[in-house]
Amino acid sequence: MVMGDLKFCPKEGLSRWVEELSREHTVLVPQQAGDAVEFLPFAEGSELSLDRQPTAPPKKSVFPQTETLMRFEYQKDPEHPDRQTLQIKETLPGKEKTVILGCRPCGARGFSVFDPVFGQGEYLDPYYQARREHTVFVSLACRHPENTCFCNWVGGGPADSAGSDVLMLPAGGGYVLRPVTDQGRQIVEVGGFEDASPEQQTEADRLAEEAAENLSPAPELEEVPDKLFELFENLDFWELMAAKCISCGACTYLCPTCYCFNISDEYSGLQGKRIRTWDNCMSNLFTHEASGHNPRPTKAQRLRNRVGHKFSYYPKLHEQVFACCGCGRCIKSCPMSVDIREIVLSAKEYADE
Amino acid sequence: MKYVAELKAKIREKLPELDVVIGWKQGFDPVHASPAFMTTPEEIEQLVVNPLCVQNLATYLPGLKGKKVGIVARECDTRSIGELLQESLIEREELTVFSVKCPGAVDLVKLRQQVGDLGRVRSISFDGPRVTVETPDESSSLDLGELLPGKCRVMAYDEPVLADFRFVDPDQDTVCREEADTDLVALEQMDLDERFAYWRGHLDRCIRCYACRNVCPMCVCQDQCIADTRDPHWLSAETDVRQKWMFQLIHAMHLAGRCTECGECERACPMDIPILTIRRKLNREIHELFGYTSGMDVDAVPPLLTFQPEEKSITEREW
Repeated sequence: MVMGDLKFCPKEGLSRWVEELSREHTVLVPQQAGDAVEFLPFAEGSELSLDRQPTAPPKKSVFPQTETLMRFEYQKDPEHPDRQTLQIKETLPGKEKTVILGCRPCGARGFSVFDPVFGQGEYLDPYYQARREHTVFVSLACRHPENTCFCNWVGGGPADSAGSDVLMLPAGGGYVLRPVTDQGRQIVEVGGFEDASPEQQTEADRLAEEAAENLSPAPELEEVPDKLFELFENLDFWELMAAKCISCGACTYLCPTCYCFNISDEYSGLQGKRIRTWDNCMSNLFTHEASGHNPRPTKAQRLRNRVGHKFSYYPKLHEQVFACCGCGRCIKSCPMSVDIREIVLSAKEYADE
Repeated sequence: MKYVAELKAKIREKLPELDVVIGWKQGFDPVHASPAFMTTPEEIEQLVVNPLCVQNLATYLPGLKGKKVGIVARECDTRSIGELLQESLIEREELTVFSVKCPGAVDLVKLRQQVGDLGRVRSISFDGPRVTVETPDESSSLDLGELLPGKCRVMAYDEPVLADFRFVDPDQDTVCREEADTDLVALEQMDLDERFAYWRGHLDRCIRCYACRNVCPMCVCQDQCIADTRDPHWLSAETDVRQKWMFQLIHAMHLAGRCTECGECERACPMDIPILTIRRKLNREIHELFGYTSGMDVDAVPPLLTFQPEEKSITEREW
């Protein structure tokens, strides 16, 4: 780290910085909506809600719940009523920059699970790539891990910088700003902040360490991908795990790393659009085939897919990285208190009788 | 609750005749209870009954049809069981109801408003109407009455609708109470534009996860819900507020006169959208038209499941 890279933003300077950024970019900040906290565009008078982990992560800013892939229109030929021509219009996202400010490190880290699937390798997703390239993440390091936090199980931490462009570290009645990328450095420059003092830096590091110590220790998970694979056919195990699950999509839709989608055409008359929408493996329509067959007919198989994808199939394909950032939203937002940690550990400890 | 030991003993006694008994156990942290599917004496030992046991377990019953099921149920939960029986969605002979005197319930949203993030709560304890909550920063003493979910303030149940075994604590008064439905009145007093803006604002943050639908004990279309079918194509897959609102209205219409106002839809909503009010409104309309309250009488025929050539309170011919 180059000295002078670390800046200090006093608490009262934060909204001025956000205001400044919002002149050039769309700035999404956590705001209270009802009793939930969501990422909403900053407008004059918006109040930032930074004390609670946002109810939903910033996933939809890069991977919207509905993405229009193209628009289309059929045109009838007046001379030949039996003939139609088809016009297709591209709808790629624009190049405007979006800044997400105040997400937690786990929320930004979530996209590092998306990247190998949508942004690297043979098949590139231009919609995802466009949004990803033009989105800057300013993450707020966590001071107080919650009962549901387990980022340390999956390689993260309260001040983890993976996926973030800037880290905001609480210290001395404000934030030490640590740029992680060049984009981040530019964003910090907009604020015209003073350098962080050595004392502020020391305090920021101390608070980050304290937060890390407050997390419960991470278990060894190395054997989990194989263990889950072995349990694939064991429906008794999965029925037990899924007994209380009600098969809703709260866990998947609030998950920073769940990326399954559906593609459908929505049209009226001769015009329409092809859209990509979030799908979730808890839904009975997930992998429901046109023949009527569904390889995952019950909630046990569907929950198996969710846990298996995150802790077995994905890491087997992508360098042993778990498709989970440990934010704990699937646990705390589950109406029935299904706990993915408990399932992973049960699989790890499962012994054939 | 003083009766818990007695309740556990009774469940242990009946377990050999049953496939499973559904109750509650401690969840992943101090403030969350979790449904428990008990099949062994060890699992019965983990049973808890306290104001954090908020899930209406009746929601699991239609899915367990064909099995011998025991269920631990508060008075209001038995209303959902009653309605399920009225609609022949479950069989009485397959069911054993362990009815417990409700110890009161904690609305976790209200608790969060009082003590801050629930993820930092280290312990919570109950002593009559006092609730003591410890976080690393402070200890708070709260009044259970202030933490009750909205549903416990508009309808009071002293007795269960049905029970095979009843467990009461003689020192425990009924916690729920019948007060004016102020949320609903406030909505009714809004003019149309205001009311539309209210729902637009709230439903904008709906994520279409359908927790409200899946947790509902009376939602019985299960895998055939028109919210997700492509054929017929009633709702588009888009996530705009129109689709979300349309679903809520369809859900409420399907529940008119069937909803037992258990409030699970609203409790389950991860985005804290006050959707129970819509169901309450429809139920009140049904009550005004037919003088009927869902789930309270196992032998009654729900008015929308039958018809009369001439309804007493619908004066079509005098138009």
